[in-house]
Amino acid sequence: MITTDICIVGAGPVGLFAIFEAGLLKMRCHLIDVLPQVGGQLSEIYPHKPIYDIPGYPSVKAQELVDNLMAQAEPFKPTFTLGERVDEIQKQEDGTFIVKTSDATEVHCKAICIAGGLGCFEPRKPVVERLEDFEGGKGVTYMVKDPEAFRDKKVVLAGGGDSALDWTIFLANVAKEVTLVHRGDSFRGAPASADKVAKLAEEGKINLLLKSNVTKINGNGVLKEVTIVGPEKEEIAIEADNLIPLFGLSPKLGPIANWGLNIDKAAIEVDRDSYSTNIPGIFAIGDINTYTGKLKLILCGFHEAALMAHGAFKYAYPQQHLSFKYTTVNGVHGF
Amino acid sequence: MVKFTVEDRDGSQQELEAPDDMGLNLMETLKAFEYEVLATCGGMALCGTCHVKVLAGGENLPEQGDAELDMLDMIPDSESNSRLSCQLQVNDNLEGCTFQICGSLSED
Ligand SMILES: Cc1cc2nc3c(=O)[nH]c(=O)nc-3n(C[C@H](O)[C@H](O)[C@H](O)COP(=O)(O)OP(=O)(O)OC[C@H]3O[C@@H](n4cnc5c(N)ncnc54)[C@H](O)[C@@H]3O)c2cc1C
Ligand code: FES
Repeated sequence: MITTDICIVGAGPVGLFAIFEAGLLKMRCHLIDVLPQVGGQLSEIYPHKPIYDIPGYPSVKAQELVDNLMAQAEPFKPTFTLGERVDEIQKQEDGTFIVKTSDATEVHCKAICIAGGLGCFEPRKPVVERLEDFEGGKGVTYMVKDPEAFRDKKVVLAGGGDSALDWTIFLANVAKEVTLVHRGDSFRGAPASADKVAKLAEEGKINLLLKSNVTKINGNGVLKEVTIVGPEKEEIAIEADNLIPLFGLSPKLGPIANWGLNIDKAAIEVDRDSYSTNIPGIFAIGDINTYTGKLKLILCGFHEAALMAHGAFKYAYPQQHLSFKYTTVNGVHGF
Repeated sequence: MVKFTVEDRDGSQQELEAPDDMGLNLMETLKAFEYEVLATCGGMALCGTCHVKVLAGGENLPEQGDAELDMLDMIPDSESNSRLSCQLQVNDNLEGCTFQICGSLSED
């Protein structure tokens, strides 16, 4: 089991800055994010966009800000669990917590800081009946973790972005049969990949169904067949072992809703003293929280992180006196 | 002023009269009329949560731009009549159109 002072749920900009603020008070942080990389919305939605309202930076690219936040947090040696969703939080009798993830990782901590932003980024799913019945190893998957799992299988991919193109090209050499279904009549991903997919289709190495949509799936326990509606509204049934819908990610509040926190319109209600929630020891900062006058800005999340760290210190070490000093007095001393 | 009809997620329709001289896009206008539109990215064609389908009268709408088409490719239920409402300026082109609100909500 991982042990730390603060477990931060969400590695967006606000969660990352919280490491620094907690570090100044000599508290260690472990961060968990369902995404495989840190940075939250900045890295996932708009890495190349400039941001203009970070004090001291007339303009900074979103990914650059994330990289700088990581560098700023570095002296405090944070630890990370990435690619796993926090599913459960259990309060212990001594007031500490155990945090559990989707992959059964456990973190024992003195305080929890939820910096979950808009929620978990999860795959966008097509509107197809019984999709859920075939998830979890029964044929429908939303990412290709291990391409070998598709060796000699009949695979249907759906989507028109870069990852749909890339995986179609890759799996063409691995799977027994590859079909790519795309709602449009041309691809807007990288031109080289689009050309390659067109060539593979011409050579008969893949089936390419344009202006088409997956509408039904069938099977007895495991996936057997995918029904596709083509440009003339005709139905085509294709035998398939796997369906891989690749429509990118969209945020969903997810498990945070079940942790007993007071929630108003998908956001956690907090006190403005230290951004504490209704459960003592659990704090919420950044886009995920709500209070009168809340502004969903990175800047505001940073401010909340500083106050949260002081609140978390008082919760974790009630006997210790915290004397406030400016960072410029002491400098930044890591662990 | 421009008049167009909006169909909400529950199928109910309402005719809106919106100002065409305030530089608003359709997403902003829908929000102003208190329709539930998440619009996470604030109109940058990056989130897809302002998805609408044009049910009627789309003849005069401008073609989708590159950013809009890129995003529409990532929305599983988008069709040939799909648009991002943040990419449609409120002007004469919208007169008489019917838009169906489709974008996802995080509480889904
Ligand atoms: C296109 C766009 C442009 C923007 N421009 C600006 C701007 O110019 N200036 C500005 O100040 N703000 C801007 N914003 C808003 C800004 O991105 C957010 O305010 C900021 O990202 C909030 O940071 P956060 O750390 O609270 O949450 P997020 O960045 O949303 O990060 C939250 C993280 O928590 C993870 N998570 C959630 N639940 C769980 C769970 N149960 N288990 C594991 N992980 C979980 C998510 O995967 C995510 O990585 C913009 C937003 C968008 C979409
Ligand atoms: S508001 Fe995000 S795509 Fe329109």
